[in-house]
Formats: sequence, structure tokens, C-alpha cells
Amino acid sequence: MEAIVDKKEVETIKPPVTQVGVVGWIRTNLFKGWLNSILTLITIYFLWITVPPLIRWAFIDSLWLSSGAECHQIDGACWSIIPANIRFITFGFFPYDQQWRPFVAMGLLVALLFYSRNRHHWKRHLVYAWILGLFLMGLLMKGGIFGLTPVESTQWGGLPLTLLLSVFGLTAAYPLGVVLALGRRSKMPAVKTLCVMYIELIRGVPLISLLFMSSVVFPLFLPEGVNINALIRAQVAIILFTAAYIAEVVRGGLQAIPRGQYEAAESLGLNYYLTMRLIVLPQALKIVIPPSVSILISAFKDTSLVVIIALFDFLKTTKTVLNDPQWMGFSAEAYIFAALIYFLCCFFMSNYSRRLERELERGL
Amino acid sequence: MATQLSKNKENTLTGDAIIEIVEMHKWYDDFHVLKGINLTVKKQERIVICGPSGSGKSTLIRCINRLEEHQRGRITVDGMELTNDLKNIEKIRAEVGMVFQHFNLFPHLTIVENLTLGPIWVRKTPKKEAEETAMYFLNKVQIADQALKYPGQLSGGQQQRVAIARSLCMNPKVMLFDEPTSALDPEMIKEVLDSMIELAREGMTMIVVSHEMGFAKSVAHRVLFMDYGQIVEANTPDEFFDNPQHDRTKLFLSQILH
Repeated sequence: MEAIVDKKEVETIKPPVTQVGVVGWIRTNLFKGWLNSILTLITIYFLWITVPPLIRWAFIDSLWLSSGAECHQIDGACWSIIPANIRFITFGFFPYDQQWRPFVAMGLLVALLFYSRNRHHWKRHLVYAWILGLFLMGLLMKGGIFGLTPVESTQWGGLPLTLLLSVFGLTAAYPLGVVLALGRRSKMPAVKTLCVMYIELIRGVPLISLLFMSSVVFPLFLPEGVNINALIRAQVAIILFTAAYIAEVVRGGLQAIPRGQYEAAESLGLNYYLTMRLIVLPQALKIVIPPSVSILISAFKDTSLVVIIALFDFLKTTKTVLNDPQWMGFSAEAYIFAALIYFLCCFFMSNYSRRLERELERGL
Repeated sequence: MATQLSKNKENTLTGDAIIEIVEMHKWYDDFHVLKGINLTVKKQERIVICGPSGSGKSTLIRCINRLEEHQRGRITVDGMELTNDLKNIEKIRAEVGMVFQHFNLFPHLTIVENLTLGPIWVRKTPKKEAEETAMYFLNKVQIADQALKYPGQLSGGQQQRVAIARSLCMNPKVMLFDEPTSALDPEMIKEVLDSMIELAREGMTMIVVSHEMGFAKSVAHRVLFMDYGQIVEANTPDEFFDNPQHDRTKLFLSQILH
């Protein structure tokens, strides 16, 4: 019939050049309307006056492997402060000849973390691997047997301290937070009140005051002669603090689970414990992955507050280097390095959480 | 099929009572939902409960597996009375299957995992055996090919058939259906009813809250009409539909049968 169109006519033609390709992209994204264009020009101007000097400072005029004295002669960045002090920044006051021990401990930790990334490894053996791993790490740090020189925990410092405080803290705080969240939703008034009080009390207090209390107030209540290690006290304070926040996040996830899920589980004959473990928590914890990771990231960074009770975490060791007359004045370089390390750890966490979310997505 | 079931209707019901409800009352706070329910269900008996919304039909069957607690009267299921100090309510629930209006499948588990969960954790069945049973019942409701999918990937009718199979995997003595077809698109109602008729033919004790009157006529031994928290009328389907006694029943039937 006449409705049939010549094939040539329906062939697709290319859109105008002004709408595609580099030109099109620039037009739509950078110069769409006069306000957009002005903003683009202002941004370009600021980049022009800041970026080239920054690159000159950081890469062209900089020194990477020199002494502090040489650094004072130049205008550029003195990255030499990092390699020259890397062992102190990383390991703090850990005895110099024994520093292979925290190094191995950290390697063990990183290996365990990488192994746990894969969800197919989440079986019972992983739990044993972690228990064994954490025990070995403690052993390496503390020493005292197998011919390892004992090292007091007051000498632990730097990156291993930061990592141990956060990994131990987060793994212990998460289950505690889940228990608190379940307790807050409990039908038993005593349990519920207790959990609400705990959560509200801890959330109403800054971490720094908890750390102060654990180091200053808490020992006053201990009988004379009993002395609990400062590291453990700080660790407990971090766990208790983080757990309260996790509890509230998990509670939000629990509230999102429809009543029908509980009823279906109960009508199959599952008891409270099994209903929670098999039906409710797997769904609720999946929902709260993003806010949980926010808490984990901020808890990781908050470990730097332990400096106030005289523990030398990674940030504090970096700062200490700056007191050395030879390296005085290169704080920008040192802090950029510290920030980079913190960023890498946090980026790993958020990256992993996004991957985990994607993997669990197909189930819902 | 209908005749087969009718024959079946005649020669059963000689069995013992499996559910006994005596003068049972229930309140939601001040609201009196159930007002003196008396009901005895015999083994292999099939009962359809109908009535306007808010009449307490769902609440009644939810009391039978204690998803709701009653405040007065007595409910006995399989020889065990449901009371507040009952320690092993899970044991009774394992014997009473329940199918919900909104299916309530577990969205984070595959179909076959939905089916094996109860047997493995409550009945302590070995995993392999539980999976075989699951596949048997999935075959029965004709969705064995979906076993490895997740509930979200199935249609409403398929999900409801999975829910029926999930209950059957527990090998229950009684099956409760709480408006099993109300949330379904019209073209999916039949596939679910067919599964339920199949189940009836095998002699399952069933209590069904439903407005599917065709289903009630062909399958039920008794049809109950509930209104304002009471059982207004209870009769055989033939008597119930052809010769309703009570005015409220007549009104209700005229409304739903057009």
C-alpha cells in the first residue's frame, strides 16, 4: 500500500554536530545559559591560579629523598620528611629492632580483611581464621613468649595502634549494637528501659569525654593496686560509644521489616531467636549497610582522639616528627601524608560497602 | 472433580476434633472483636469462613495459631490448649500451616530456601531430605522450574503457590488460609484455587477465609458466615447458598453474588 515508506527515508541520520561529541558536551554541560557560562569561567580562572603553583610545589620544586637541611633551602614540598621518618610514623615507640613484629601483624590484618571481602568465604572457618589472626596479632605485638621480647602496650603506636583500635572496636561494637537494637524493641520493660537509657546516655556524650572518663574517672573507682591497661580502657570506651550509634541505625532497619515477615516466620514454628537470625536481621542489616558504613568510617577517624589519653596513634606519631628541629616547618607535607592514609582506609570501606550492597541486591 | 470431592465429603468427618474453640472472646484494647466463638473442626474437615470486612474472620483464624491472643474462653489445637503460659507455642505452630493474603515469602531467600527453612530449623530435617520434600511440593503446585529464583522474580499467583508449598513442607495437620486470593490479579486466582482443591482432595483439614463462593460450594463441608464478631450462620454449602436462614446472611450473599 502507499503507507509503505521508502526504506531510505526511515534510515536514521546523525544529530547536528552542535549536540554531540566534545562540542556538544561542552555546550550542554558548561555553557548552557549565561549563569552557567559565568560559573564555568570563574571556575576555570580559579583553577588557573591555584593548580599550576600546586603542581610546581608538590612535584617540580619538591625533594623526595634528602636531609632536612637541604629541604630548608628550597621553595617546594619536602616529601623527604616521610621516607626519613616512616618507621617512627608507622610504628611509634615500638622498639626499633622489633618493628618487624607490628609489620607482620598489620600484614596479617590486611590479608584477613582482603580474604573476608569475598562473600563466598563467609563461612564458619572465617570466624576461626579471625580469632586465630587476632590472637596472633596480639601475640606479635605483646611478645613475651617464643623468645619474643615483651613490649608494653604503652610503647605501641602509629598505624598498628590505629588499625587495632578500630578493627577490634568495630567488630566488637557491631554485635553489641545489634543486641542493643533488639533490646530496645523488646517487649520486656526492664530490658527496653535499660537499652534506651544506655543508648541515649552514650549518644548524649562526646567520645572525648568518654575517653577522659575511662582514663581519669574510672581508675578512681578501682581498688588500689588494680590497674587496667590504658589501651584496653580506650578500646572499651570506643566499643561502647560506637555500639550506641550502631544500635540506632540497626533499629531503623528493623522497623523497615514488615510485620508479615515475623508472622510468616512464627507460623512456621520458628522461635524468636531463629526468626531474628534467619529472617529479620539478614534483611534489616542489608538495608542499613550505607548508614553503618558511615558510622564505621567516622569511628575509624575518631580513634585519633586517643591521643588525649597519651596513646600515640598514627596522627600523633606524625605530629611528633614535626617536633624534630630538623623537620620543623614541614607540617603540610606530613599532614597530607596522614590524610592520604586515612583516606585510603576509608575509601576501601565505602568502596567495599557499595560492592556488598550490589551483591546483595539481587536477593531482594 | 466436584463429585469426587462431594463423595469425599460424605464419608469423612467421622474423625476426632482437631480444633475446639469454646466461648472465645477477644478484644483489641476496648474494641470487642470476637464475641463468644464456638467452633469444632474435625480431622479432614474443610471450612470456608466468609463475612463482611471487619467481621473478625481473619482474627479468628489468627487466634488458632496464636498470632493473636484471645482473652477469654478456650482454644484447643491438636489436644493442646493455647494459654499464656504455653512454653512451646512453636510446636503447635509447626503443626498448623498458614497462608497469608500477601504471601509473606522471605525475599532474601530463594524459593527452595523458603521451603526448606522450616523443616531444617524447626523439624531438624537433614538438608538434602528437606530439599527433596521441597521439590516434591513445588512439583505439586507446578512451579518446580522456579526453585532457584527469588520471590521478587515471581508473579503473585506463583508466589502464593510457593507459600502454600512452604506450609506443606512442614507436614502440617491443619492448614489455615487467610484470604489467599484477595491480593491476586483475577487471572491468577484460578491457579491458586486449583492448588487448594488438590490439597482438599488429599484430605487436608482446611479453614479458609475467602469470598470465592465457587470454591466454597465445591470444596467445603461447612460454610460459616461471620458478622460483628460472631458466627451468624453455619451450614453445608448447599443449604447455606440456597436457603440462608439469617437476614444478614441473605443480605451479604445478595451483595457478593450479584
